[in-house]
Amino acid sequence: MSAGPELAAPASGAMVPQPFRVRSRRRETSDTWTLTLEPLVGAPISPGPGQFTMVYAFGVGEIPISVSGAHDGLLVHTVRAVGAVSAAIASARQGAVLGVRGPFGTTWPVHDAVGHDVLVIAGGVGLAPLRTAVQALERTRQDYGEVTLLYGGRSPGDLLFRRELESLRRRGKLSVDVTVDAARPDWAGKVGVVPKLIDAAHFDPATVIALVCGPEVMMHFSVTALRERGVASEQIYLSMERNMRCAVGHCGHCQLGPTLVCRDGAVYSYDTLEPLMGVREL
Amino acid sequence: MTTLAELMKDAPFFAGLRTETLELVAGCGSNVQFEPGALIFREGEQADIFYLLRHGSVSIEAYASTSGPLVIETLEAGDVLGWSWLFEPHRWHFDAHALTGVRATAFDGACLRAKCDADPALGYELVSRFAQTLIERLQWTRLRLLDVYGHVGRS
Repeated sequence: MSAGPELAAPASGAMVPQPFRVRSRRRETSDTWTLTLEPLVGAPISPGPGQFTMVYAFGVGEIPISVSGAHDGLLVHTVRAVGAVSAAIASARQGAVLGVRGPFGTTWPVHDAVGHDVLVIAGGVGLAPLRTAVQALERTRQDYGEVTLLYGGRSPGDLLFRRELESLRRRGKLSVDVTVDAARPDWAGKVGVVPKLIDAAHFDPATVIALVCGPEVMMHFSVTALRERGVASEQIYLSMERNMRCAVGHCGHCQLGPTLVCRDGAVYSYDTLEPLMGVREL
Repeated sequence: MTTLAELMKDAPFFAGLRTETLELVAGCGSNVQFEPGALIFREGEQADIFYLLRHGSVSIEAYASTSGPLVIETLEAGDVLGWSWLFEPHRWHFDAHALTGVRATAFDGACLRAKCDADPALGYELVSRFAQTLIERLQWTRLRLLDVYGHVGRS
């Protein structure tokens, strides 16, 4: 199989944040917000699916955030407020200015997956980095075999993009299966873990391309379920998180074995990751 | 007309069972249906049955007087519902409701236990398969105990 994470050309001026204005801000969950940003100077950026940018809250700090959308020259980020910087970014109001560097990193192999079944597996905020891949798959739906999105979250209230998921399901181009860890009886969806959805999903294990993003433990169990279904390592792609700082492969903070996540990831083929994920404290 | 044993052989739970064993188990089974919202069993009641779900979905619920019902698992077609028939004290641990219209095969626990007592090989086969189901659900429960979605992510 020739599929592999797709390398994108590095952005020019990769170390200098460009000013972006917050055009709109939408609440997704109790602690997660989606910001739509417009560039104030220079050309709009065109991130590929799965790439990230470094977003700078002036005077607070800079963090890597996956791109959850890009259209009409606008950049969309979905941010969970878990620390000082992400909280500052998530709370940026309409009209506020943030710094943006990038885009950086590899992309989901949506082009290499043409002609194959595609299984998109997301957990929690891990749906955000997969959102543009899902949009691309739906746009060119006729180029693929079975396309399935499996999404798991802690509770119905913690799910991202709920309206979009409903619309996606209604349009019927992709199979959409959502599960949560626990719910009240008014929840019409499933309750259970993502690997159980994998067991029941329809795809050809010999040729499917699986795109997986979520907490590392969830990805580990998802990969196990995929392998048990007979999916080979090189058909599985994961988006990894490490402590990315420079984002251009200089500082080494995001080293993962012989790779740097900012440069060689964040999207990796699992055959690259398999020997690394078995090493504790790596 | 499709026999019960023929319906059963396509279910993962019964995969690989010899025809005569399937027919022995099928002898304790009957087809049942539940309307959406129907109570299938209630915590604390006598558990003398298990179900092989053939269509629809079922919620397993825990109930607390302070917080009301909480869905802890949903089961789908192909899943087995209920193992309390096999183990003392044969009481349901949770409630189960039909989330949709449900078609299932119900197996009489007392009938099956009598057949298992008479035929230890059948008993071993069934206990092994229920143990596998229990292990699977235990692993899923452990995964949820990790509360993975509560962890800090890049986004």
